[in-house]
Amino acid sequence: MICRREFAGYFATPLAYVFIVIFLVLSGVLTFFVGDFFERGQADLQSFFTFHPWLYLVLVPAVAMRLWAEERKSGTIELFLTLPIRLSEAVIGKFLAAWLFIGIALALTFPLWLTVLFLGHPDNGVIVASYLGSWLMAGAILAIGAAVSAATKNQVIAFVVTAALVFVLIAAGTQTVIGLFQGWAPEAVIHAVVGASLFGHFTAITRGVLDLRDIVYFVSIIVAFLGAGAVLVDLTKAA
Amino acid sequence: MLEIRNLYKNFGPLVAVDDVSFSVARGEVIGFLGPNGAGKSTTMKMITGFLAPTAGTAIVCGHDIQQHPLAAKRQFGYLPEGAPAYPDMTVADFLRFIARIRGYRSGEAAARIEHIVGLVHLGEVYEQRIETLSKGYRRRVGVAQALFHDPPVVLLDEPTDGLDPNQKYEMRGIIAAMQAEKAIVISTHLLEEVEAVCSRAIIIARGRILADDSPAALAARSRFHNAVRLETGAANEARIRADLAALSGIAAIDAAGGDERVTLTIVARDQRPIAAEIADLAAGRDWQIAGFTVERGRLDDVFRAITAPPNEASRA
Repeated sequence: MICRREFAGYFATPLAYVFIVIFLVLSGVLTFFVGDFFERGQADLQSFFTFHPWLYLVLVPAVAMRLWAEERKSGTIELFLTLPIRLSEAVIGKFLAAWLFIGIALALTFPLWLTVLFLGHPDNGVIVASYLGSWLMAGAILAIGAAVSAATKNQVIAFVVTAALVFVLIAAGTQTVIGLFQGWAPEAVIHAVVGASLFGHFTAITRGVLDLRDIVYFVSIIVAFLGAGAVLVDLTKAA
Repeated sequence: MLEIRNLYKNFGPLVAVDDVSFSVARGEVIGFLGPNGAGKSTTMKMITGFLAPTAGTAIVCGHDIQQHPLAAKRQFGYLPEGAPAYPDMTVADFLRFIARIRGYRSGEAAARIEHIVGLVHLGEVYEQRIETLSKGYRRRVGVAQALFHDPPVVLLDEPTDGLDPNQKYEMRGIIAAMQAEKAIVISTHLLEEVEAVCSRAIIIARGRILADDSPAALAARSRFHNAVRLETGAANEARIRADLAALSGIAAIDAAGGDERVTLTIVARDQRPIAAEIADLAAGRDWQIAGFTVERGRLDDVFRAITAPPNEASRA
């Protein structure tokens, strides 16, 4: 019920359309101009998915920032949380609606898949896994953003803090950061850093290896931050 | 139907609500009165389970809001302060959402929505988005939401705040119409409202209940209880004052007015009835009065006396 209301809420305002259009345009631009989609001469969506962590870094916190901050600012949280619903239902309902919404934006990139299908013989398994991985990663970022949103009334703060947190989590898996550790840090530390990063787990999936550990990683981030979000909502709702 | 037991709420060192207890029976309309910041809204938020009390609890139709929040929340309808509602939704969508949350199936929900839209007169704006509505209509949407499931307990936090006189009148009509079968609590800082709709008034200040009585009984505490108000020509004032000096039951005479007409308020000593004596005097001495009113007492006067900070109260 909550999920349904929230989900319909996205399409009641221009927010949904603006978000979807920008998502599609940006992902297209990055794929074709930065990712050298054609020049690679390979029938895959590698150049499309590579940029997803960076795309989500900006776009997902924008969706997440309003989840609770807006309710608190407008006072509707008092209406919402005095209805006969459980806090967990409220937290999960809001999250699911936003996650589905991002899922739709992601699904609308299907023409790219069709293009690759038309141009060559891509490994569809890898593409399906990558889409799934991308959606899971979006969910993880969303859960983090929802928890941050629960902690503040101010949407701008929610956005900036979430983006910063997510940036750290993404950057931890990039070659640049790994390079910083290499040579002096023990192997275990490097493993831990990469293991904690969204980037590392996502790239593992886009290589076509749908490892259970990567899925567990994303799911546990979602669960942990939804739990943290629920606690934060409860603590800060009246402030 | 509603029982509030020893509620306390501390915000850090500040005691916002300090041992508030009262109960509300079916058919009662409680006016929960107090100056701004007295703890009215905080108490409402604790009754509805939005805020966790530091100590104490509220029992709604036998369900403890702390232990069984879902069961308790089904039994009341609540209009939070400022009547918040989702601005992006239309009235229709908002009420359908409320219907689903309240567990109505689609057929019942439609009938229920039709009933409530008729009750609070939302028909004209039914398909409009809430953000485009006037304050009066927004307040009605909030009331529609609160009364949607025909709850036995109704809690309205400042239901008429910011409404124009016609809208206030209408809102009071709605409250009066459902009074018989519900237990209602209205928080307000408008005294006229208490006199208009409430069967009992609870006055709270600095988090404590300072008075709990019927509006008439509270008004009787006023120094103006049983006072007599006379309207007369200014030329008669001196003569009337001289005649009144003979009566022993008079504590003071306040005069207000201009060059032509004057209103004398004759305050009774110890609020004893003095109207009959004054009327006799007026007839016997031919005072030529244009108006004669016996005051029941002024609630605002009592309110000020009760809620003023301690140092001011002792001066008054």
